[in-house]
Formats: sequence, structure tokens, C-alpha cells
Amino acid sequence: MLKITNLQKTFNPGTVNAKMALCGLDLTLRDGDFVTVIGGNGAGKSTLLNAIAGVWTPDYGTIEIDGVDVTNMPEYKRAKFLGRVFQDPMMGTAPDMEIAENLSIAARRGTKRKLVWGIKKAERESYVKLLETLELGLETRLSSKVGLLSGGQRQAVTLLMATLRRPKLLLLDEHTAALDPKTAAKVLELTDKLVNENHLTTLMITHNMKDAIAHGNRLIMMNEGKVILDVEGEQKKNLTVEDLMNLFVKESGKEFTNDRAILS
Amino acid sequence: MAFLYALPGAVAEGLIWGLMAIGVYISYKILDIADLSVDGTICTGGCVCAVLITNGVPAWISIIIAFIAGAVAGTVTGLLHTALGIPSILAGILTQLSLYSVNLAILGGKSLISFVGSQHPLMLSMSNNPLAIVVAGIMIAVVVIVLWLFFYTEVGLTLKSTGDNPHMSRAQGINVNFNKVLGLAISNGIVALSGSLLAQYKGSANINDGRGAIVIGLAAIFIGLSVSTKIKPNLVVSLIGVVCGGVVYFIIYNFVVIMGLKTDYLKMLSAIIVALFLAVPYLKSKYFTKQKPQAISADINAGGDANA
Repeated sequence: MLKITNLQKTFNPGTVNAKMALCGLDLTLRDGDFVTVIGGNGAGKSTLLNAIAGVWTPDYGTIEIDGVDVTNMPEYKRAKFLGRVFQDPMMGTAPDMEIAENLSIAARRGTKRKLVWGIKKAERESYVKLLETLELGLETRLSSKVGLLSGGQRQAVTLLMATLRRPKLLLLDEHTAALDPKTAAKVLELTDKLVNENHLTTLMITHNMKDAIAHGNRLIMMNEGKVILDVEGEQKKNLTVEDLMNLFVKESGKEFTNDRAILS
Repeated sequence: MAFLYALPGAVAEGLIWGLMAIGVYISYKILDIADLSVDGTICTGGCVCAVLITNGVPAWISIIIAFIAGAVAGTVTGLLHTALGIPSILAGILTQLSLYSVNLAILGGKSLISFVGSQHPLMLSMSNNPLAIVVAGIMIAVVVIVLWLFFYTEVGLTLKSTGDNPHMSRAQGINVNFNKVLGLAISNGIVALSGSLLAQYKGSANINDGRGAIVIGLAAIFIGLSVSTKIKPNLVVSLIGVVCGGVVYFIIYNFVVIMGLKTDYLKMLSAIIVALFLAVPYLKSKYFTKQKPQAISADINAGGDANA
């Protein structure tokens, strides 16, 4: 479903601030893989997700989604393959537009937009049903501006938007990091539900090692722009946070440097 | 008494400028771009219309061509901004400056073309204010209805989201750059349309028309929205509010003139109005808000570290 070969990216090349964020990264995701990604600060996790999403083009290497080479495809064009949820709950929705309008825009991801009515009547009804599944009481607020919702509610709506039109690949960039623990748990639960129901291939960055072990069928650990650990199945299920810390020290030869990951 | 005599004229001119403010609303409020090219395009609209009408083209065709000319200018600003990466404010200034030369060329090197003696009847004129009010009102109704329909289409919704959240728009497969160009074209088209009506109303097109137009447009928007958002914050109410803002602005303008303020100071007055409307909400939020718990921001701050 996703095939990344020898991906390289250096930020600010040729300056004192030059930082090689991805150093020849290889990664292949099979159809239906739910991969959690962990790693210290500056390991290149978000850089990897942004490269897949097309926020910028890599210096070297190729990215294939479902057999299509998207390496040089602009961000808005490859959006048809991707569902994305960002760390910042404000980023995934348009605050000054209604919930229904946001959903209708997401329902047309990857299609040619025409001069026809933007939200059909039947569509509104289907959105009500969809929002009911969130159990956040949003089904009665279809015409409310998204800006009035809380961070957790917005993140839930963003998740719906990312999966409303089935993506080939779902990219979750620490999408619960900005939420309080209770809301975060709820959003994660929703994530699991949507991924399982739609059989989505998913890449989820998280700073929480427990979450990384508990969710998905595969776990990768990144360090200095490379994948240093890739475990799946039974082996992943039996991991403990301590195992992960020890593996990190063994593979990278240094202490794990993500404070939040250790404290949480 | 003098004020009452001036009222119909103020309303007519206010309506024409209200139409212009609708154009500014699209760039400033919907696309979130402060587009300064409108100072040039309002003049372009007048120049195009004047040249065409004095050369025997019917007025209604002239205003359509004026709209197209404005849309082309808006496209130029949009391309300078999106394709060439020039900051939007500077892109607008560059277009505005070059339009001065373009407008002079349209006027054939003259600084003024008068409609006196044109073969075709004008659509509206200062000499008949009630008719001017009706004509301007019809034009506004047409533009508002078309925009209202447009912004509920698939394309229209993506235009709104482009200004509201470009990150989300790109993630949802929207070509943000194309939308910015499209929006600026529509915006400047409407401004030029207003310019063509203004020239007919005043009976001439002058190369210096439109200087500071953006400020008048913004003043109309702020005056209008300060009331309309309290009624209902949807598009149609906002657009009507903006037009009313234009009318209120010109009533104040006329009142101040009749009270004896030298017309030399009017541009400064416009600037002060806009500065006040921009400053008051800021100062209010800075010095006069009571602390209230905000669920969203509290959660996010607790999450910390945005660079991870």
C-alpha cells in the first residue's frame, strides 16, 4: 500500500543550521497495516509523515502509494489517497464554516469540484447518522460553526473527515497529544473503531509508548531519520514500555530523549 | 435642510461604493488577503466603461467588459502572489501601480474622459438620484444573489475553506493557489463593475479616481459587519450589511462636508474610521476582557510542545 525507498531530506542545506531529517529511510506498509511510530525528539517522525503527505518534496528517494509514484505530486493532488489528522486540533477543520460544510468538503476529497450544490439534502441526513456514532452530541449541531467546538470535538470531526471518503492511507500525526487524557483516550478509541471498520492502512505517530504498544498490529521506532526497530504481531503485543526503552538504548546507543514519552 | 437635500445623492453613491465593498469583502474577509489592487481596478472599471460608451458601445455591455477587465487585473495579482511567491500585500501594490499606466493607456493618454455627448444613454447619473438608487440597487441584488448561490456550490465552499484554513484545504485535496486567483479575479471584477457605475454616476472617468478606495471599502465592511454579525452571521446578511455600511459611510461623509469640514481632510477621516474599527476590538480584548475559562485553549496549552 505504501512503499518508501531510500528517502532523504535535509532542511536548511548548506547552512550552519543544516539538519538531515531523513537519512535514507525505507518503509513498506502492507494493505491493512496499522503501524504506530515512536521515537525521540527530532527523530524524523513528523518529517516522514509530511513527506508522505507532500508538504515538501524529498531530496532523494521515492514514495509510492498503492503502486502510484507520488514523490513529485503536489500536496493537494495526493490528498485523494490520504486521510490526515494533525497534532493541532485547529488545523484539520475550517473554524468559520459549519460542521456540515466541513464534512461535505471532506466527502469530495479527490473529486473534481463543480458548480453544483455543495451539500445535498440526503447528505445532511447521512452526516447526522455519522455524528451520532461519535456520541458527542454533535448530531444536533450540524449548522454550528466548527470554531465553537472544543479541541477534542474538533479532532473527532477531523477523524471523521479523514475517513469519510475511504483513504488508501490514514496519517495520524500525534493527533491526541494536545488533548487532555480523557479526551485523548476517547479519540484513540474512535481511531481504532474507524480503522477496524474500514480496514484502513494507518500510520500513527504517538509519543505515548503504552498507546504505541496497545494499538495497531505493527510498531516502528525511529532515530536520526531512520527506522531502527520494526516489530509486529505477537512480538509487538508482548512488548512492555521497559522493553522499548532498552531496545532504544541498544539500537541507538543513547538514552531515550523524549521527556513526554517517559513521563506519560 | 442642506443635509436632507444631499441625502439621495449620498445613498446613491453609498450603494455604488457598497458594491465595491462587496468585492473587498471577498478578498479581505473570505480569502483573508488584504488586496490593494482594488485602488487600481476601480479606476480601470471607470476608464474601460467611459472609453467604450463614448465610442458607441451600449452601457450594459460596457459594464460587463469593465467587470472582465477587473477580473483580469485580479488574476494578475493572484498569479504574482501564488505563482511567483510575492507576498499578497506587495502583489496588490505592484498591480495597483502598473494599473496607473494601464488606465492612462485606456484613456488614450488623457487624464479624464467625460460622458458628455455620448450616443448611448447612461444607466445612471447624478442628475437623477432616485433612478441611480434603483439601478445600483438592482446591480447589488444581482451580485448578492449570484454570490450567495456561488458560495454554496462545491467550488464556492472550497473558496471559503481556502481563506479559513489553507492547511485543511490542501489536506482535503483543494488547490489553494488556484482558489486564491479565482477569488481575487471575482473580487476585482466586482470592484471594476462598481467603478464603471461610479464613472457613469459622476459623468466622467478620471485617472485619479479610486485613490484610497480600499480604505473606503474596508470602512464600509467594518461599519456594516459591526451590526450585521449581531443579527445573523451568514453570507447574505453580511453582504447586505456591507452595502449598508457603504451607504452609512457616505451619509456621514456628506454630513461632515455640510458641517463645514474641508474636503481636503476627508481621506484622513476615512483612514481614521478604519483605524478605529481595527483598533477597538484589539484594545477591548487586551484591556477590557474578563478572564473566562476556555475549554479549548486550556487543553492545548497543557499538551505543550508543538514542534515534536
